Amino acid sequence: MSSDWFRLILGLLIALGFSQLNALFLVWLERKVAGHIQLRPGPMEVGPHGLLQTIADGVKLVGKELILPFKADRKLFFLAPVLVFTPVLVGFLVLPFGQNMIIRDMNLGVLLIFGFSTITVLAILAGGWASNNKYALLGAVRSVAQNIAYEIPLLLSVMSVVLMVNSLSFSEIVNSQKTVWFIFLQPLAGLIYLISATAETNRAPFDIPEAESELVAGFHTEYSGMGFGLFFLAEYTNMFIVCAVATSLFFGGWQGLFGINLGIPGVFWFLFKTYALIFIIMWVRWTFPRVRFDQLMNFAWKVMIPLSLVNLVITAIVLKFV
Amino acid sequence: MSYFKEIYYGGLSLIEGLIVTGRRLFQPLVTVQYPRKKIPLSSAFRGHIELKIFEDSGTHKCIVCMSCEKNCPSGVISVQGVKQKEKGPKTLTDYVIDFSKCSLCGICVEICPTATLQYSREYELVGVTQADCRFDLLARLKKQVEQKEYEKNKQGKAA
Ligand code: SF4
Ligand code: SF4
Repeated sequence: MSSDWFRLILGLLIALGFSQLNALFLVWLERKVAGHIQLRPGPMEVGPHGLLQTIADGVKLVGKELILPFKADRKLFFLAPVLVFTPVLVGFLVLPFGQNMIIRDMNLGVLLIFGFSTITVLAILAGGWASNNKYALLGAVRSVAQNIAYEIPLLLSVMSVVLMVNSLSFSEIVNSQKTVWFIFLQPLAGLIYLISATAETNRAPFDIPEAESELVAGFHTEYSGMGFGLFFLAEYTNMFIVCAVATSLFFGGWQGLFGINLGIPGVFWFLFKTYALIFIIMWVRWTFPRVRFDQLMNFAWKVMIPLSLVNLVITAIVLKFV
Repeated sequence: MSYFKEIYYGGLSLIEGLIVTGRRLFQPLVTVQYPRKKIPLSSAFRGHIELKIFEDSGTHKCIVCMSCEKNCPSGVISVQGVKQKEKGPKTLTDYVIDFSKCSLCGICVEICPTATLQYSREYELVGVTQADCRFDLLARLKKQVEQKEYEKNKQGKAA
């Protein structure tokens, strides 16, 4: 029992450290990708190729004053950035980084991740509400509407995979992709998952909740210093989690392609695939303009949900008769 | 049917967009790291005006005719000169411009009868007051001449 707790706490600490490092790296990568797509070099000055730029930015953020807006809800206002970060951390608990590199192999891991990820929306709503700012509130409300719409296709696409494996445990899902990744059996579900995941993480072209050209910065308009920093950190950690889940569900997790491992340890396969997906999401962000809110909703309810439903039904029928 | 068509063509156009930006990732950068790297100035670049140095005389050819001062629409230029002899030509003693008011219209450059004015290639100019924008062109010219001579001497010694 005590060794179990030890494993849990150690894992959480590692996850905490890793999520910081990951965010530092991803912010740098994002700026680099954005730069090169726009034919700029991106950050260049601090460290080799600007690698230490995000650390400098982080130090700057920590040093800034936390400003409480006039008539804001003090408790909720400071709770929200912490709240937004917890579910993200929980996600690390059940992710299979390698064959035995999983902090806690729960048989309901998939459910746990998606269950907790909804708290992010709650935190965003709390932050936007507590700010006593119309832009923040509008951003938060949009975020809720968007997340409700995109949660459905997200879960439906995940359900197709779960149906095939007949388990909600990540390690079992990964294990059953030894020869063929599920992206080849469920290409539509994979695509739907990735699109909804981009929407879930509020990233462009679905970054309506923080649409800077309309809402200043959306739900985190009033946050300064580390409050803003935590939202930022959560966004990038969330991105990692979402892509890591996609890797586990559709791209074979820590397994190589078609059972060919090339002697590379599973962790590297896993991280490589995850970061490749993250790169694609960044690439998408710097390619497409933001969609309008009604377009976003139409796309969710008219395209994504019907398609994922059809996909699920077909999967069920095929599984029944094959 | 148009429903699926829309999805199909929409998806295609999205992929096309991705290819456009994806190609950009491998194209050479346009932005340069400014203070360390500089791009060549266009030959049409107009900095503030300056006095030209002529090879034959080693200095400017201003005859203090005042055309530039009189014709400048913004009153940028102030020229002063004295007569060495009673009926001789004037020599330039002072040529100051207030660059903060110059519109770079080029009238002065065009009107100068001795063609002694030209645009400088100076673009790294910083100032916090209007006084910082006042340039003494004669002093600037002297410095440039000295610099030229110094370099000539150095080259002569090296050779
Ligand atoms: S360029 Fe035009 S405004 Fe500037 S000093 Fe010459 S005449 Fe005056
Ligand atoms: S127009 Fe030319 S020659 Fe006449 S005062 Fe101006 S600079 Fe000197």
